Amino acid sequence: MHPVVRLVDVVAVLGGFPALAGATLTVERGEIVLLRGPNGAGKTSLLRLCAGLLAVERGEATVLGCDLAADRTAVRSRVGLLGHANGLYADLTVADNVRFWGATVGATPAEIAAAMERMGLANRLLDVPVGRLSAGQRRRTALACLVARRAELWLLDEPHAGLDATGRDELDSTLRAAAAAGATVMVASHELERAGALASRVVEVVGGQVRPVAR
Amino acid sequence: MSTWRIARLIAAKDLRVEWRSRVLINQVLPFATLVMVMFAFALDNNDRVLTRVAPGLVWLATMFSLLVVVQRTFAVETADGALDALQVAGVRPGGVFLGKALALAAQLAALELVLMGAAVVLYRTEFQAGGVVLLVTTYLAATTGLAFVGTLYGGLAAGAKGRETLLPLLMLPVVAPVLIGATRATEAALGTEGATPSDGWPWIGLLTLFAALFGVGGTMAFGSLIDE
Repeated sequence: MHPVVRLVDVVAVLGGFPALAGATLTVERGEIVLLRGPNGAGKTSLLRLCAGLLAVERGEATVLGCDLAADRTAVRSRVGLLGHANGLYADLTVADNVRFWGATVGATPAEIAAAMERMGLANRLLDVPVGRLSAGQRRRTALACLVARRAELWLLDEPHAGLDATGRDELDSTLRAAAAAGATVMVASHELERAGALASRVVEVVGGQVRPVAR
Repeated sequence: MSTWRIARLIAAKDLRVEWRSRVLINQVLPFATLVMVMFAFALDNNDRVLTRVAPGLVWLATMFSLLVVVQRTFAVETADGALDALQVAGVRPGGVFLGKALALAAQLAALELVLMGAAVVLYRTEFQAGGVVLLVTTYLAATTGLAFVGTLYGGLAAGAKGRETLLPLLMLPVVAPVLIGATRATEAALGTEGATPSDGWPWIGLLTLFAALFGVGGTMAFGSLIDE
């Protein structure tokens, strides 16, 4: 079986500066991989490259069987990226947002309701505009949108940021359930203890390169 | 998911955002009406002059308001990274373009109705029975063209630094043909200065061609424009 992510000596440039400088990484289906490393090391760029948002300048990059150097748009509908921004519409309610993002992949009303339930959004928060939520509640809503989108590869940048203890536990159990169901998860995080306990493998991103970390 | 389904989804979402935020009703409509009032002040409330220039002023006020609505529709997408999320969601960019243009056209149509009403009240504009078909066709063609251009240039400026000042600079010269064509066709429909409806139909050709060019071009180019 082909790996979900296969990067070989990948170079990528962002705003004229090298964001990835010969990154090599292989991720198998069902893995939860923690990317750790200092700020500016290239963790976010690595996730954006895997999501097809950052162009491959050199090297080989295959995600979910799609050659990113040839066409980086083909993979997009199959991955879910949660970056520093949540990708939500502040004037719409929680339910509106989850319904909208679920609808982009043709999710059924039952799947959308299950996604909201999964992230603890049922009942009181559903009809509240996202602009009135706390940072943690917005993060939960964004995660529910990701669940509703049924992504095969989850790319999460600091997903625990802003979540309370309950939200963190729900997130971890959601990621474990997604991985058990066959999805692959890559998490960039500075919260090494929590994310490390969740991950099946840890790698370090430094200077745009990826190094394995012994556990 | 097909381009048309995506377009419907995006249009419904944009109109729902407007319905919930009421920015068009509470801010853009008062702004547009204020522009019409200011024109009347500037032209010294001279009935004959105001009636003569009313079609041009209505379309000029529409252009100014278009800038505000386009800024708003893309600010909603970029505020929390939703435009990025749409790209990652793999939705067809052509569908996003058509959906946003559809929602923009619906908002512009509502705005134009109010502006036409303001022209009747403030500038003593009168409708001619024989010009109604031309007037409706002018509004349809011009609104479609403006919506396509607005969406295309809004997407182009969305990721740029200083987009608030860049957008008018890029867009106003491009919509000049719509301003000219729509004004002449509206003058013909209203019988301004002895013009007849037959004088207006050649301008409809220009407006339709403009809308078709930007509709097709925008659908094809939107993906590259919003891509990093």
